[in-house]
Amino acid sequence: MDFALTDEQRMLEETLTRLVADQVSPQQRRTMLATPAGETSELWRTFAELGLLHMPFSEKLGGLGGDGTDLMIIMRALGKGLVPEAYLAGLVLPGQLLALSSNSEQQARWLAPLLEGEHQLALAWQEHSARYDTFAVTTASQHGNQWQLSGRKDVVMNLAAAAAILVTATLPSGKLGLFIVPANTPGVAQHCYHTIDDQPAGDLVLTNVTVPADHCLSDDVSDAIAEVLAMGRAALCAEAIGTMEATCDQTLAYLKERRQFGLPLASFQALQHRMVDMHLHLEQSRSMTILAATSLSLPARQRDYKIAAAKAYCGESARFIAEQAIQLHGAIGMTEECYVAHYAKRLVMFDHYLGDSDYHLETVSDGLQVA
Amino acid sequence: MNLTFTPEERAFRAEVRAFLADALPNDITERVRLGRYLRADDHTRWQNILSKRGWLAANWPKEYGGPGWSPVQRHIFDEECAAAHAPSIVPFGVNMVAPVIMKFGTDAQKKHYLPRILNNEDWWCQGYSEPGAGSDLAGLNTRAVRDGGHYIVNGQKTWTTLGQHANMLFCLVRTNPQAKKQAGISFLLIDMQSPGITVRPIITLDGAHEVNEVFLDNVRVPVENRVGEEGEGWTCAKFLLTHERTGIAGLGHARQALRHLKSVASQIKHRGKPLLELPSFRLRVVKAEIELMALEVTNLRVIAAARHGSVPGAESSLLKVRGSELRQEISELTRRALGPAALPFFPAFLYGDEPLDGELALRAAASAQYFNRRKLSIYGGANEIQKSIVAKTILGM
Repeated sequence: MDFALTDEQRMLEETLTRLVADQVSPQQRRTMLATPAGETSELWRTFAELGLLHMPFSEKLGGLGGDGTDLMIIMRALGKGLVPEAYLAGLVLPGQLLALSSNSEQQARWLAPLLEGEHQLALAWQEHSARYDTFAVTTASQHGNQWQLSGRKDVVMNLAAAAAILVTATLPSGKLGLFIVPANTPGVAQHCYHTIDDQPAGDLVLTNVTVPADHCLSDDVSDAIAEVLAMGRAALCAEAIGTMEATCDQTLAYLKERRQFGLPLASFQALQHRMVDMHLHLEQSRSMTILAATSLSLPARQRDYKIAAAKAYCGESARFIAEQAIQLHGAIGMTEECYVAHYAKRLVMFDHYLGDSDYHLETVSDGLQVA
Repeated sequence: MNLTFTPEERAFRAEVRAFLADALPNDITERVRLGRYLRADDHTRWQNILSKRGWLAANWPKEYGGPGWSPVQRHIFDEECAAAHAPSIVPFGVNMVAPVIMKFGTDAQKKHYLPRILNNEDWWCQGYSEPGAGSDLAGLNTRAVRDGGHYIVNGQKTWTTLGQHANMLFCLVRTNPQAKKQAGISFLLIDMQSPGITVRPIITLDGAHEVNEVFLDNVRVPVENRVGEEGEGWTCAKFLLTHERTGIAGLGHARQALRHLKSVASQIKHRGKPLLELPSFRLRVVKAEIELMALEVTNLRVIAAARHGSVPGAESSLLKVRGSELRQEISELTRRALGPAALPFFPAFLYGDEPLDGELALRAAASAQYFNRRKLSIYGGANEIQKSIVAKTILGM
């Protein structure tokens, strides 16, 4: 049992926290959000220099072999600064899926440039009719040496910036297959937007999209996608922890500064106890996030059970903290200008990525040990 | 980071488990399993067995006769004891007054009292709360006036747990009514056989005799029974409270109670199917399970920090608040699970020696325990007090 960070991990945490504090002020963030998709940002280049793009990949793929704890450190720092970079959606999720389910030629073509910061990718696994499940109505059929894809993928994160998109589709065998579709392939239509919490995303419509045989990465990707989504959920918990921490800090600072009835708000017991409740939720969520980060290499059933518990717990805590933060700020917390409102939005919407609390409670319920 | 136990720790767990399987008397585990109250002799028998094995004073350093366990070992021991239906150790001597005597006592006090605690010769009880001093403990009014080599003590203590069995009382008294309220308090060790002491039972809403009132009427206490300097009792009191809160979350008990709940809810049928399959009920069980997972990791984090010498601060308040809420929720679900079978009440079975038919016996304790567990969010500093402590000391509000 060990909760301590290694020296390297502590250094990573300090460096990244400082970087985020320096380069992602509310003003800078606004500018970054307005930058057209597909342009590599200054910050992303710095990530590359710091080795962050190599961190979550194994050494044999040219990565740094970081584990769940390393990923937790990175995501938490990004969450703290509400950093608008698609580290998870554009790098980790598609990259891990490539690592797990493509051959070395495919990896050389798609994964290596990803790690070098030369392009970003996206993972289109979600469809409205499947809600948070991975089954796909989108189909793929083989025509000689080519595959033809048809269907619609919804809320694809980082879609506009992706050079190519990993697409899941149901094969004639009934299995879930995985394809890589360059963004400029004929028949690909993108409807891009920002989510309510400022994430770039879009819907992807595939109309008889034809790709060569080597663009089929896997003819049975179910286990791999479960593993990648588990990692994504653990990473989201860590990001939410960073966002919750910043939200609690900002709210506490506001309570100490704002005066009513001639006294600082922090002197009122009703508000003190609300603030403490936020911290209790945060502390417990930290524990669940550590549990998730250290469960990534467990056998699939145990891994999914623990990570579902963590995601369900953090989802509830994130919403609780967001709502309290708005309430404790009062009317100013309702404004676009108030930075904490952006944190609150992110915290509430965090539950809608990779399965919400209800979804994950069901997983825990299914795996509940009775005897 | 990793959350796994070392091979040595796993071996220790196996050793504890084997010892418990062998050494725990069946009649005692049966009483614990059914939620019946233990008789004084049950406690003493079990604590003598532990004492003989050298495991009674799990928290004591080796020099005083403790086993010299790491915080992780103590945690494992607690978990295994709860899982095996071992009685909780009566904490007032071994876990509460003993650390105070070690820290603030004279050599003579250490030499006299500590071995007696280790051998179960003394049964201690706690004289802290008073009718007018609950959460505001420093507002206590029991007076101790110096008379030569003695203090004359007058006043009333309350909520004295298992005081009916005790022969020794550690007691906060006011020695200087002029000083600022915390500054006028001293810490006395009082023989319960002294003339002027009357113990009166308080029956709680579950029908149990667990707590008492203790009246002190001109009780003469030798000056050498004071721990620490006169007027410095508050320092001892606070030191003791931090020890009281360690482990107050009772996670081993929560784990055991949840196991019991799941077993009850899978046996009881609702429209022909196990109650545990009723979605609205199952969801609450699932949420309790997840809350317990979170608390267990938080507890391990506190333990890991303690291994590096840090004293639990806000975390122990957190564990107390969320741990007590969780145990109350589990007791609520267990009561609800029984449905109409939660209504019958058999105090002579629960608190006495009267037998009860098998099926009824299994279900008898749930409602009484539910009411008993309301105490968890009140004692050891009410949960609202814990929140105010966190607000003040951690958040600087």
